[in-house]
Amino acid sequence: MTPLLQVSGISKYYDTRLGCRDVSFDLYPGEVLGIVGESGSGKSTLLNCLAGHQEPDTGKVVFDTRADGPKDTVTMSEPERRMLSRTDWAFVHQNPRDGLRMGVSAGGNVGERLMAVGARHYGNIRAAAIDWLDKVEISQDRTDDRPSQFSGGMQQRLQIARNLVTGPRLIFMDEPTGGLDVSVQARLLDLLRGLVRELGLSAIVVTHDLAVVRLLADRLMVMKDGQVIEKGLTDQVLDDPQHAYTQLLVSSVLQV
Amino acid sequence: MSSDYNFAYLDEQTKRMIRRALLKGVAIPGYQVPFASREMPMPYGWGTGGVQVTAACLLPDDTLKVIDQGADDTTNAVSIRKFFEKTASVSVTEETTEATVIQTRHRIPETPLTEGQILVYQVPIPEPLRFLEPRETETRKMHALEEYGLMHVKLYEDIARHGHIATAYAYPVKVEGRYVMDPSPIPKFDNPKMEMAGLQLFGAGREQRIYAVPPYTRVVSLDFEDHPFERGGAQQPCGLCAATDAYLDEVIMDDIGTRMFVCSDTDYCRKRREVGHVGEMGVPKAEDAA
Repeated sequence: MTPLLQVSGISKYYDTRLGCRDVSFDLYPGEVLGIVGESGSGKSTLLNCLAGHQEPDTGKVVFDTRADGPKDTVTMSEPERRMLSRTDWAFVHQNPRDGLRMGVSAGGNVGERLMAVGARHYGNIRAAAIDWLDKVEISQDRTDDRPSQFSGGMQQRLQIARNLVTGPRLIFMDEPTGGLDVSVQARLLDLLRGLVRELGLSAIVVTHDLAVVRLLADRLMVMKDGQVIEKGLTDQVLDDPQHAYTQLLVSSVLQV
Repeated sequence: MSSDYNFAYLDEQTKRMIRRALLKGVAIPGYQVPFASREMPMPYGWGTGGVQVTAACLLPDDTLKVIDQGADDTTNAVSIRKFFEKTASVSVTEETTEATVIQTRHRIPETPLTEGQILVYQVPIPEPLRFLEPRETETRKMHALEEYGLMHVKLYEDIARHGHIATAYAYPVKVEGRYVMDPSPIPKFDNPKMEMAGLQLFGAGREQRIYAVPPYTRVVSLDFEDHPFERGGAQQPCGLCAATDAYLDEVIMDDIGTRMFVCSDTDYCRKRREVGHVGEMGVPKAEDAA
């Protein structure tokens, strides 16, 4: 099987300061990869490099495109990359405000990606939007409300609907449950897990919350100081951490 | 020339700079060309962009017409007309057919323009995506890559909220199948007229942008398949000249809400009355004079 995403030797420096160094991995269709590490460990930098928001200094990000097969997204043309990011890719930001248009209704937010790829039939766009709002448990009578009138959890679910409406194959998630209280987190994780399984999506989830990766991720990478220090199956890494830092990380989780 | 001004107020270097921007604009229909907008002896928002474009276009034997909301006799129109009478000594007219250069704010004349005529628009905000995407760097990229999905989000929001596309002026258009353009705040009633024989130039002074639509260029108003563009227009004929094909202004007549609808294009209305058309509230031309 061809990997959906082949990452090799990604490095990113901010001037002389290290963002992340020499990160390589393969991601297969339907697989969820978790990336954990403390603040400043380079996990967000890595995610932004993978999603095309930042240009890595070195390395390749080869994505298995629908049309042309595996292609390096770092060197592909900008229109092509931007097209990917509104069709086959999705990006869920930690803060829904970064991923939503706060002045545009929920329906418009979901419909935007459809219109961006050429949908020009209002009735169909609206039907698709309502369908997706329903999937993320936002009731139909909130379709014309603005996200600013939504709670944090609803905003995050709206962001997920907005991203998934074009049927992407790869989702990047940056702390998708950050800033939500635990009961809302649990429902969001449940929803995400359901969608990922149901739609056969691949995902890369960046988080500092080990419980999130335990639930969502098949495989895990642990980062520290811009480098990957340990990787493996999620349960294996969390139950039997090898690296000293991973051991510290796992043992630092508060037990209730 | 009796005045001490350089011809048409601006210095020759500035006019050349503006003409270069105009040529580029004509070459790339709908593309916003940056230009070094000058301070003009009028406030921003009063037509500083249009005035600079007009100044760069005027020749000594041109005939200038200036309209504001279709009218030749409003403060803004009169001031700009006088400005060019003084600084360029060009002849002026109120008749659309006589003019070689027409500067306009918010309207396209009802009388179709012919080849050789230039229509100069005053533009407040040239970027059609501005209220959806505040970053100029991003909107430029969107134009460059033809990413115009966002424009339809605005129309979507209109339909979701009002049941129809409620944008009534500054209705976005796509020029020659490429650039999405703000037609300046003309009523959408005027949008279909933009496919015309005349040359259309747009000047935004404060925003420092010039763009153009050459003669016979395709100009399509954006819409949805199931909510097609509608031109709209008046429900009744003009009160003075009985025109049914013109854009009408609503005028409140007294304190109890009596109103009349009258052509916003004063030249068109006057011409019609001269040849004998009389509306419900109008008086025949001969009596009017008496």
